[in-house]
Formats: sequence, structure tokens, C-alpha cells
Amino acid sequence: MTRETLLNIRGISKSYPGVKANEDVSFSIGVGEVHALLGENGAGKSTLVKMIYGLVKPDEGSMELRGKSYAPAEPSEARGLGVAMVFQHFSLFEALNVAENVALGMENPPPMRELAARIRAVSEEYGLPLDPARMVGDLSAGERQRVEIIRCLLQDPKLLIMDEPTSVLTPQEVEILFKTLRQLSAEGTAILYISHKLEEIRALCDGATILRRGKVVGTCVPRETTAREMAELMVGATLTPPERRATAKGEVVLGVTDLSAASPIPFGTSLKNIAFTVARGEVLGIAGVAGNGQDELLLALSGELRTGADRIRINGHAAGDLGPSERRKAGLVAAPEDRYGHGAAPDMSLVENALLTGAIRRNLTRNGFIDWAATRAFADEIIQTYDVRTPGNHVAARALSGGNLQKFLIGRELDQSPQVIVINQPTWGVDAAAAAAIRQAILNRAAEGAGVVVISQDLDELLEIADNFAVLNEGRLTRPRTVEGLTIDEIGLMMGGAHGMEVAHHAEA
Amino acid sequence: MDFGGINPVILVASLMVAAVPIMLAALGELVVEKAGVLNLGVEGMMIVGAISGFIAAVATGSPVVGFLAGAAGGAVLSLVFAFLTQVVLANQVATGLALTMFGLGLSSLMGQGYNGIKPPLTGKVPFGPLADIPVLGPILFAHDWMVYASIALVAGVWWVLRATRLGLIIRAVGESHDAAHALGYKVNRIRLMCIAFGGAMAGLGGAYVSLVRVPQWVDGMTAGAGWIALAIVVFASWRPWRVLIGAYLFGGISVLQLSLQAGGSAIPVEYLSMSPYLVTIVVLVIMSSGRGRASLNAPAALGQNFHAAR
Amino acid sequence: MLRLEKRPNPSKFWQYGTPVVAVALTMIVGGILFAFMGKNPVEVIRTIFWDPIFGEFAFYLRGQLLVKAGPLILIAIGLSLGFRAGIWNIGAEGQYIMGAICGAAVGLAVYPTESRLIFPAMVIAGALGGWAWAMIPAILKTRFNTNEILVSLMLVYVAQTILAKASTGFLKNPEGMGFPGSRNFSSFPAAANPELIAGTGIHWGVIAAFLVAIVGWVILSRHIIGFQIKLSGQAPRAARFHGVNPSRLVVLCMGVSGGLAGLAGLFEVTGPAGQISIDFNVGYGFTAIIVAFLGRLNPIGIVFAGILMALTYVGGEMAATNLGLPAAAIQVFQGMLLFFLLGVDVLTNFRIRTAILGVK
Repeated sequence: MTRETLLNIRGISKSYPGVKANEDVSFSIGVGEVHALLGENGAGKSTLVKMIYGLVKPDEGSMELRGKSYAPAEPSEARGLGVAMVFQHFSLFEALNVAENVALGMENPPPMRELAARIRAVSEEYGLPLDPARMVGDLSAGERQRVEIIRCLLQDPKLLIMDEPTSVLTPQEVEILFKTLRQLSAEGTAILYISHKLEEIRALCDGATILRRGKVVGTCVPRETTAREMAELMVGATLTPPERRATAKGEVVLGVTDLSAASPIPFGTSLKNIAFTVARGEVLGIAGVAGNGQDELLLALSGELRTGADRIRINGHAAGDLGPSERRKAGLVAAPEDRYGHGAAPDMSLVENALLTGAIRRNLTRNGFIDWAATRAFADEIIQTYDVRTPGNHVAARALSGGNLQKFLIGRELDQSPQVIVINQPTWGVDAAAAAAIRQAILNRAAEGAGVVVISQDLDELLEIADNFAVLNEGRLTRPRTVEGLTIDEIGLMMGGAHGMEVAHHAEA
Repeated sequence: MDFGGINPVILVASLMVAAVPIMLAALGELVVEKAGVLNLGVEGMMIVGAISGFIAAVATGSPVVGFLAGAAGGAVLSLVFAFLTQVVLANQVATGLALTMFGLGLSSLMGQGYNGIKPPLTGKVPFGPLADIPVLGPILFAHDWMVYASIALVAGVWWVLRATRLGLIIRAVGESHDAAHALGYKVNRIRLMCIAFGGAMAGLGGAYVSLVRVPQWVDGMTAGAGWIALAIVVFASWRPWRVLIGAYLFGGISVLQLSLQAGGSAIPVEYLSMSPYLVTIVVLVIMSSGRGRASLNAPAALGQNFHAAR
Repeated sequence: MLRLEKRPNPSKFWQYGTPVVAVALTMIVGGILFAFMGKNPVEVIRTIFWDPIFGEFAFYLRGQLLVKAGPLILIAIGLSLGFRAGIWNIGAEGQYIMGAICGAAVGLAVYPTESRLIFPAMVIAGALGGWAWAMIPAILKTRFNTNEILVSLMLVYVAQTILAKASTGFLKNPEGMGFPGSRNFSSFPAAANPELIAGTGIHWGVIAAFLVAIVGWVILSRHIIGFQIKLSGQAPRAARFHGVNPSRLVVLCMGVSGGLAGLAGLFEVTGPAGQISIDFNVGYGFTAIIVAFLGRLNPIGIVFAGILMALTYVGGEMAATNLGLPAAAIQVFQGMLLFFLLGVDVLTNFRIRTAILGVK
């Protein structure tokens, strides 16, 4: 199958201080082709697509769109030439409605009423039903993505860039999205599909370009290549899955009964009647699409959000009304998802960040006065044990890469000999080697007798490390069950199926 | 129709005049805050507007030139704030405070030798016989043109924010600068323009104080009006028409306490003159409590600086 | 084109360097301003910054320096705690007034009793007065989420009317022949705050300022409360995660800053000012905001910044009498200093890159 070339990229390079984000990258996309851009976090995928979309200018190299030189100075120019982009994060306005959000992404939007009618029409046509008058803040993650997609489709794009689109979808919703993308491809729209999920790429894409550390390390036809081959190209090494030793499960260390709480986050999800227990040595995996109460559950467990005393029991003692410090004293440590600003203070040094949660269990204060020598020693211990790459403990947290900071923060919690560990998104945005190290460290603590709750949106991760599995869906938790024998379809249904999205495609089929 | 020596018709008519400065300043600040910027320098921009307008009006004999100069003075001062917060990313709260302190000093310096001079009179709009209608006449048809212009400006800001693309972009920038940037909008440039608009409106309000409301130049004559304007934005929950209501409410209180003072009321003068500030506090409490209704409407990115990292 | 690039680590050099650069820039631009006003800029700058320390009248003016610096330092250290935590008490002027009124009222109530306990009782009353006035915005913020900036500022205006009432009404000197103003504390030894060492300007307020600076420095650098204050300002969510109770921190920071401002007011009214009068307050509460920033919100830095700012007051008065420089020019000068400081502060966290054609 030969296609006419739509976009041709030649020798693109881009550097940031200290980092070569892209180096001599070349590849091309044909008309109507679904092309995958594959690579680990930090491989330079995002920078590359930002250059195609006009958000960043390349230092070297050139691009051609349909044979003509293409160098968009800003996104509006790219949009004008038929290049549209669906972002992974940060391009919707929660306090504005769907139609307003769509209008902001268009060059010459029609009057609001007409736009609303077109949103309805296009969303029906592509099986992504959407109400133009709803406030985006009230939408689920999947629905928000639909807003982004519709925004692009209304401008008849020739090239649609999708940045990690499935990370916010249930398996069923992924199927529907793929139907939509195949429909678009059949109509002649090329799609540049960015992902690190290999099975998806094999199911959807016609061609793939693989990036590692900013360079193209290979191209392939995904349907004819095994996931393992692609993974090794992407990572550059063979990976060993974490080892686990079977441990006898002990008594319950964390018990949550009938926990309900309103969300303190604007447009957040309130928690509804959550119940589960975790025993010594057990890892409970909690899955769910983003925005279904994960952040709120972490706040409720860490003590930042207080509830009735007997709703949460640590080692049998009522702890629901305790604050974070008292819960640490009781033996519970927590690691939130957002590293820059929640888990760590970005502008403070690693030493100060070690003090942030370590003060109590590591006895770093005397009568309120800080023992800086002991705190420095604690920071150094974490840096060494968890192989944190940093020039020293005086460095500001924001200077570390995502993976390194995450190793530091997870290490900070794990090195406090905790009895209960709660972690939200342990490996989000972390490269494969660091992710493997983090998972191994969590399993080691479980083997030593800690009870662990891992909240994650990465199903593969949960299936790899969890003993028991539950799903958060709209603030409700399913009853935990053992991981053995779980199928992806079952998990998908636990995650709430396709949130009513299937209707449209079924109607049209 | 007198109640304890106070004529309600005159009271309403004069509160409409008293409300103009805070209405204009609050309206400007509303646009600034809608774009996600908190400029606490309103008081400073008002007082600089007051003296710039006063000097220009005295020099040219034209109140129109005076008002234009007042707006220009406020806008120029606001550009200092805009440069510091949007270009070199200084803390907005601290910069706003600096702007107020600097503005108070600067105006006093500029005003040397202007004490005791009368500015040219700002004319009333000739409505002819309409002004003679009892009750409605003095309330609706007997004001200078700035009173009507300020109401028109409220309507204009409301329309722009609600129904135009520019308004949508301003609101978007104030909601999430990251998202706006990802879509290719020039966040800091849009904010800069909103800040300049806010400065011009504060300056216009200040000029109204020195040219119409008082009318003469006195050091520090805005006496906290800029701060009350900031409170009115909260009171209005960032909605233009509520700014009008809020300004009339505060205009009413200041007029009422002045006429009570003049009428020799039994309440001591000190308690009357502190009443506008106390009422401001009470209103802030009411608007902020009740499950944080006011804060729910606040632009999400209010007060945060934006730096396009990559 | 100039471009900002975030530094991976805040620059230590610029953290200390920016105040110096800001002062230098202010002198240059201020000099230009003075030149425009028809003054010799070099002479004005020398009169403000040199003469009070080394000039002809330095023996007297050096003492004045500490008299002015004392309240500025005292107030600024209190404010700096809150500013670091993102709690903006800008009503220190009002708390200063209320501290003076409360402290003075206690002393005047027992006039003319002589007892060693009177002055300490007045000090406590002064601190409590300022504390209570600051508790209004603090409680409103924690209970109703009311903006503390606006409330604390509104209370300055309220405090000013109370001051007017005090000096013409309830604290008026019964033997003052009808003039507004309270009794003068210089004629009431048990309640007075005299100069302790003649010619130095040192009174109890100055000593308190230096003590508070030391205590403040220890708390900020060694104590967990200081860590929590810094953490709350830099990363509020991380502070909650650490276990900071935001409401308690608001009450603490507002209370300390109010109490210190009240103390400053009490020491001023019993010492340098001598009595409660309508124009008793001269804006120390606002200038202290500049002092706090100029001192990098660091207690030791604030001591230097307070003395520098006192210099502009003392030197400014000299320039006013000797060179006819309007008092407002000094206010402009101080405002400009804060602008420049905030402006050059960018160098602490950002690098400025010049993007010339072809160069990355």
C-alpha cells in the first residue's frame, strides 16, 4: 500500500539547556496513514509534536507539508494548514462550557448557536456524543478528551496529532476511540499517534517511528513486529519483570469502612461509601480512569482530608480524624501523584524535602528544633539506596528529572519503616528502568510485612504487583478481588464500561 | 419628603455621583482579574489618575482632556506593574502594594503647587425639560456626562466579556494560562493589555474624584477608594452589573454618612466616617462565606504568574 | 530579544546581590528624578545616604537612625513571617495605632501612680492591642475565607478614626487646655520609654527590635515552625501534606505580626512621639512592607534594611530642610526601591538569555 506523502520531516534537532530533546529526527507520514511515534517518557516525543504544531521552533532541520515548506510560527498557523492536536493535558478550561472550549481552539468559530449545532452533529457522526452546553469541569476524563477531538474535527484536519490519548480511557472506551480513528483514516485524515503502549499501536497503526533519547532508533510496521521487539528498541535493553516472593498474609493493618467525603478540589469527585482492608504483606491495586476519586482517596488516607474517626483504622486504631502527622506517627505513609507542589516543594532542597515527611518517623526534630545533620543524613541515605541521580542533597527538587525525583519521594516514604504505604501513580512519567526499580522497592517493603495500597491508572503495572484488585469509578470502589484470573474485559466492566459512549457506534453499525 | 433632614431624591442623585470613581476602578480591576491578574495597585493608579487629570484639566481648561489624561496616567503607572509581573514575573501582591505606595508619593510630588486651585467645571448633559420631572428628573437626567459614560462602560465590559471572542479569550487566560498557551494564545500579552485597561479605568475614576466629586487637589484624596473598588470586585463575584450595584451601595453609604454628619446626627462623626470601611468588611465576610460562593466564581488562575517553560 | 530561562537552582549569589543592585539602581534613577526637579542629584544622594552617618550633624542624626529603624524592624520581622507563608497582613499601620492606644490607655488610666509594673503592663497591653486588631482579619479569613489583605487594610482606616477619637476624646489630656492629644509620657516617668544611652537613640523598642530579629532568625532557620512557614508559602499543598494546619498558621502569623506592630506603636508613643495625637502614625506600618522585602524576608536582612530605610527618612528630612526637597520625593524614592527590588529579583530564579540571530 503506497500512499501520497502528507508530512515529511527532515533532520529536525532541538536542544534545551542541558538536554538534546531531538537530534536529527526524520520520518514521514502518508495521507490517511495512522503513524505511531513510540518512545519512553523523556524520549523527545512531546517536543517533536510541539514543533509540528508550531508551539516550539526547531533549531535545525526542515518540514514539508504536501510538498511545500512548512514552518508554523504558532499553532494558529498550523491549524490553518490543517494540522490539529489533541493534548494529553492542559488545554481545556474547566469553568467554560463545551462550546466555548471548542471555539477557543478554532481560528474562525461560527456564532455560538451554530457552533453548538455543529458540535452535536459531528459528535454524533463520529460516535462521541457530547452536550455543547455542559461545563467542562463536570465532564469525565473520557468526555473531556471528546471535547478535544471534536475541537479538532470541526476544522477538517488533514493531520490529527494525538498525544497519549488512551491513558484516560477505559478499555471499552479505547475500542470506541479506535473505531473513530479508523473512520477518520478511511476518510483520508492522517493520524500521528503518540504512545508507549505497544499493544495499542499494534492494533491501530500502519507505521511506527521509534525514538530513544531524542533520536530515531528504528521504524517498523507494527502489525508485523512483536511487542517485545518494539519494547527493546524503545528501551534499549531487555527488561526483567520485578521478582516477588510469596509471603504469608498477616493481620489487617489498614481498614476502611463506609468512607464518604466531599471533594475539597474544585470540580473534584466526592468519595462514596468506600470500604476495603489491607493485610500485612498485601498489595492492593486500585485502578480507574483519571478523575474518578483517586486524588480524593489519597487525601482521605494521608490525613489531608479528615473524616469520621472510625472510618479509617490503622493497626486497629481509629485514625479517620487524625491529620497527616498523627497518621505518620501511627505508621501510615503516603505518596501523592503530583510531585511538583504536593509530594515535594519544588523550590526547596532535597534535604528540606526529606524533612517534609520524614520529621516524625525518623525523629528529625527535638522540641521542635530541627536536627539538620540527621536530616541531611536521611536525604543522603535515600539518594544512595534508591540510586537518585543528583549532584548533591542541596539541589532544589525541581532540578531533578521526573523519574529521579519520584525515586527520591518514594524512597523517602519507604525508608521510614512504615506499616501502611499508600501511593498514587507510583511510576507516572517515569522511564522504564526507574519504574521497574520503584515497583521492586514497593514489593520488597510488602515482603517485609507492610500493607500497601497502590492507586494507578496503569493496568499493566497493577496486574504486575498487586495481590488484590479494585476499581474506583465515580468515587465508588468495587469490592476488591484477587488478581489471578482477571481478564481485561472484566476490568473494563469494573471501570464502568464505556460510560454510555458505545450507543452512537452501535446505532450507526 | 424629608427623613430626618435627608431628602431621598437628593440622596439617590448624589450617590450616583459618589459611586462613579469606585465603579470605574472596580470595573477595570474586574477585567484585570478576569484575565487572572490581581493588581492591588488600584489606589495608586487612582490617585495618579486624579492628579494627572487635574493638572491636564487646569492647564487646558478642558475637563475632557483632564479625563483622558487621568486615564493615561493610570494606564502608564499600570504598565510598570505589567512589566514587573508579566515580563520579569514579580510577585503580584507585592508589586501591587509597591504600586500603591509609589503612586501615593508620585501624586503628591506631582501635585506640589496645585492645592487650592479650582478645576474647570464638568458640564451636565442637557436633557432640557426632562430634568424638571419631579423625582425622576434629578435622579436620571441631571448629571454630568461621566455618570452616563460609566454606566455605558459597565454595559460595554459586560457585553465584551459575555458575547465576544476577545472576552472569551480573556476569560480563558484567567481560567488556565497553561491551556491558553497550549492553544497558542499569548497569555502575557493579553494580560498586559487587560492590566493597561484596568489602569486606565482606575485613572479615569481618580480623575473623577479630583475634577467632579471634590473638586480640587488634596494629597491622598482617594482615601481608600481604590481598596474599596477591590472589595467591590469580590462583592460582585466578578460580574459587571453587580459592580454597578456594589458601587451604588457604597456610594450610598458614603453619601448617607456625609449627610448625617452635616445634619448633626446623634452618632459621633468618627463612627460615621469609619462606616464605609466597616461595611466593606461586613460585605466581604458575607460574600466570602456561605460555602465560599464568591470564591467559586473567582478566575482559577487569579494571582498566578505564567512562564512558558518549553 | 531577551528571554527568561528558569534556573534549576535558585542563585545564591543573586539572593544576596539583588538588594544591593536595587539600591544602586534606585540611587541612579532617583538621582535623575532629583535632577529633573532642579536639584543637584549628587548633593541630594549625599545628603540622604552619607551625611546622617558621617556628616556634620551625624552625632545627632545617628541616634535618630535607630529611633526610626526600631519600629520598622519590629514591624517588618512580624510581617515577613506572614509574607513567607503567603499570608498578607498589610494593615500593620492599624495594628501599630491600636497597640499605641491600648498601651497608652493602660498607662494613662493609672496616672499619676508611680510603679515599676506600669511600663511592663503597658508593653503587654500594647502587644495585645495590636494582636487583637490583627485577629480580626485572621479570624475572618479562617472562619469565612475573607480576603485578609482587604480586611486588614480597611482596619487601618478604622484605626485612624479611633485614633482621632482617642486624641480628641477619651484619651485627651484633661489639662491640655482643649488642644487635641493625650498627656505627654515624658512627664510620667513610670510609663515613659526614654532614651537609655544618651545620644544613641536606643530605647526599649530598639532593644526589642534586635532581640526579635535574633529570635526570628533562630525560628526561621532552626525550628519546625519556621520550616512550616516557608513551606506554606512555597508549596501550600505540600504544606498540608506535611501536616500544617493552614488556619492555625494564619492565626499564628497574623497574631505575631499584629503583636509586634502593637509593640512598635507602644514604644513609639511612650518614647519618641511622647503622646497620642491625631497624626501620631507616620506610615511605619506601610514602609515596613518595603523593609521586609528589602531584607529578603530574613530577620537579619531586615535589620540592615530597616537601618537603610531609616536613613532615607532621616536623610530625607535633612534634604527637605537643607535643599528644599519635597517630602513626597522620599516616598517616591522608597516606592521605587521596592519596584527595583521586585524587578531584579527575577535574577534569583531566572537567567536572562539574549537570543541573537542564529544563536540558540
